Amino acid sequence: MRLHPLLRSLTRHKLTVALMLLATALTCAIVTNIASMVMHRVALLDAPSGLDENSLVTFASTRINATDSGGGHDFHAQYAADLAVLRGIPGVRSATAVVGLPTYGGFAFGISSSADAQQDQGFQASAFIGDASALQTFGLHLLKGRDFLPSEYVPLDDYKGMNHFSVAIISCSLAKRLFHTDDAVGRLFYTSGRPVRVVGVVAHLMGMYPQLGASDNEYAMLVPVRPDGDYVTFVLRTAPANRGRVLSQAVTLLSHRDPLRIFDNAETFAQARAQYFRRDSSMIGLLLAAGIGLLIVTAAGVAGLASFWVQQRTRSIGIRRAVGATRADILRYFHAENFLIVTGGVLLGCVLAYGLNLLMMHYYALEVLPPGYLAVGAIALWLIGQVAVLGPALRAAAVPPVVATRSV
Amino acid sequence: MFRYYLELALRGFRRNKALTALIVLALGIGLGASMTMLTVLHVMAGDPLPGRSAKLFYPHLAPGSAGSKYDAGRAFTWIDANNLLHAQRAVRQAMMAGGRVAVSPGGDRKAFFSAGRYASSGFFAMFGAPFAAGIGWTALADQDRARVVVLNGELARKLFGSATAAIGQTVRLQGREFRVIGVLRDWHPEPLFYGDASGDWAFKSDDHFFLPLDTAMDLKLPITGSESCWGPSSRTGDTCSWLQFWVELGTPAQVGAYRHFLDHYWRDQKAHGRFPQNVPPELHGLMRRLQALHLVPSNVKLQVWLAIGFLVVCLFNTVGLMLAKFLRKSGEVSVRRAMGAKRRDVFVQLGVEAAILGLAGGLLGLLVTWFGLWLVRQRPDAYARLAHLDPAMVLGVFVLAVAASVLAGLLPAWRACRIPPALQLKVQ
Repeated sequence: MRLHPLLRSLTRHKLTVALMLLATALTCAIVTNIASMVMHRVALLDAPSGLDENSLVTFASTRINATDSGGGHDFHAQYAADLAVLRGIPGVRSATAVVGLPTYGGFAFGISSSADAQQDQGFQASAFIGDASALQTFGLHLLKGRDFLPSEYVPLDDYKGMNHFSVAIISCSLAKRLFHTDDAVGRLFYTSGRPVRVVGVVAHLMGMYPQLGASDNEYAMLVPVRPDGDYVTFVLRTAPANRGRVLSQAVTLLSHRDPLRIFDNAETFAQARAQYFRRDSSMIGLLLAAGIGLLIVTAAGVAGLASFWVQQRTRSIGIRRAVGATRADILRYFHAENFLIVTGGVLLGCVLAYGLNLLMMHYYALEVLPPGYLAVGAIALWLIGQVAVLGPALRAAAVPPVVATRSV
Repeated sequence: MFRYYLELALRGFRRNKALTALIVLALGIGLGASMTMLTVLHVMAGDPLPGRSAKLFYPHLAPGSAGSKYDAGRAFTWIDANNLLHAQRAVRQAMMAGGRVAVSPGGDRKAFFSAGRYASSGFFAMFGAPFAAGIGWTALADQDRARVVVLNGELARKLFGSATAAIGQTVRLQGREFRVIGVLRDWHPEPLFYGDASGDWAFKSDDHFFLPLDTAMDLKLPITGSESCWGPSSRTGDTCSWLQFWVELGTPAQVGAYRHFLDHYWRDQKAHGRFPQNVPPELHGLMRRLQALHLVPSNVKLQVWLAIGFLVVCLFNTVGLMLAKFLRKSGEVSVRRAMGAKRRDVFVQLGVEAAILGLAGGLLGLLVTWFGLWLVRQRPDAYARLAHLDPAMVLGVFVLAVAASVLAGLLPAWRACRIPPALQLKVQ
């Protein structure tokens, strides 16, 4: 098909063509940026915590002090006894008592890789503490090194313990940040000038409050501090199918052991994680709805204009048919015309998309728009254009040659 | 004349159902989607204390060690918060921390956890917390570590049936007895701006009780929220930050004076070897602090732009569709023109048509907004429950719809009214 008559005809409708071009270009620019924002959030929602997420259930326990003195209760002994009971529940593979979990909370530590912390070297990492079976219960994948030795554990002792532990198991990401390698076993890092030796490196461990676009989401470590305060979170590992039963059984069993205790937040790890990320998942829904709505509106615009053109050109279509054009020719003509306009829109849209992206990167720390998104956006717009124009084009193809002899 | 235009417009709709439907659809979806987005953003970026927020300020000190630049919540150490509190340089000031205690209702009822706030006495007056019954405590009660508590509405009703019935009663918190001296009306600023802002606390938690911070420290009640330490972990030292400190300043002069005071305090403390980070103090207004802490998500503005972009695309499409619709009427327009209608008459006629399309689009837009907000409310999210259509918004949608539609109709109407009468008649 020759382009020349097609372009000639388009120049006769400058205003409408310009409108369609602009609408397509804006749609292209906005939809690709929306897609990039959605994928950015999906990546956060899918980020591994390092834990065996679908096998874990957790619940929090607090004990009401019956007396004003408050002290005197041996929480460590109590938790050890509790854990023995919990491990006896059929289906429980492993159990631990912790303070802090990814997306739950934890301890934030200012750390650095050298003892004489210079101004900018320090940064923050999350620390989680738990009893001896924490690593195993979490299901962390130990890349290098070993689990803690029983002798390395110190009591939390009203948070004083956080200044006394001497070893840590850190995430691969944290190892790379500290030492530029994941081969970190045996190396030292410092917190408040105090050295801590790395004894193990795990493939993944998410920090306590991961955030969109943050580079420190996996700056996290496990430290050998035994929880012995009145607040603790029990973590049980079981088969995914048993989670509900194990959870209710665990809470019931422990409730019978000590009437002064309160249990709450009984949930699966997956539930707690989804709860933490709920704003991001809401935003994904909102963005998706916006993107799809935009495409629908643009499709409506294209279809409306195309049907207008068909009506306006009924006579010329009739003439073309009369001088020998087949129905397929007419159909092809309208599809080609649409393709041309959408292509123009997409080209302009690419420029706009990158402009928008640059603007957003400047103000909102977004990532560079990958070219793949533009390709997908262009294909989507081409498809939508072709589908939208199909109806009017079919109607045009159905115009009988005899129309040429009539006036309007 | 208006009735005649109305009739013409309606006749036009009937003749051109598909195009009319597409215009209404484009307008409706565009408006609905942008209004839904704007409402959600409005809720998320909302002012937690309308009318009062402009007077509230949060001083930012960087008390950490030289190495740690990271200070997410900009929390206060016990030492600094107490120093600033007792300096009494602001109109009102209060220090506070989050807490979570076991509430024992007595009788057969099971104990449960409740989240609340430990604060110094200035808290209620500074934030304008509305009392349903009773009053807050005094600075004297702070000093005496009095065992008094102010309950929020829900907890008071849950424990004692009503606000007034709760006053003077005793409630057991974490095993200790507290006397109820005040009950707030259900007071839940959204987000919970005054508390610890790291992680997700501000949108997750509600405060159900308030009691003196000194009492809580005395009884070692459990403290929630993030806590940063860079030395010995001692809450009452100057190496752990975990408190929030707010001041009320009424006039720009007071703000200036307080900045000066903070600066002086900082220099003085530096001279004593503190604040090795060497970051000068700042004083942020409430909304500024919310933004700095990403409690107003930084991409809220971005999504406002998105919503506007969406509306613009819809408008472009509507302009195109209206152009098609009006130019289709070429024959009709040229007959009217030939029979004596002025260009202005044609313009007004088409303008009326565009306005009616706008009304229809607004109606659809309202339905889409309503549906969109309903979907948002299905989310298990704290802010989602606030996403409602209010009368002002309904009116806003309609005004916006008609304005957008008339605007979109301007260019096509202008084009259409330039149709020369003779030429069209010749073809006819």
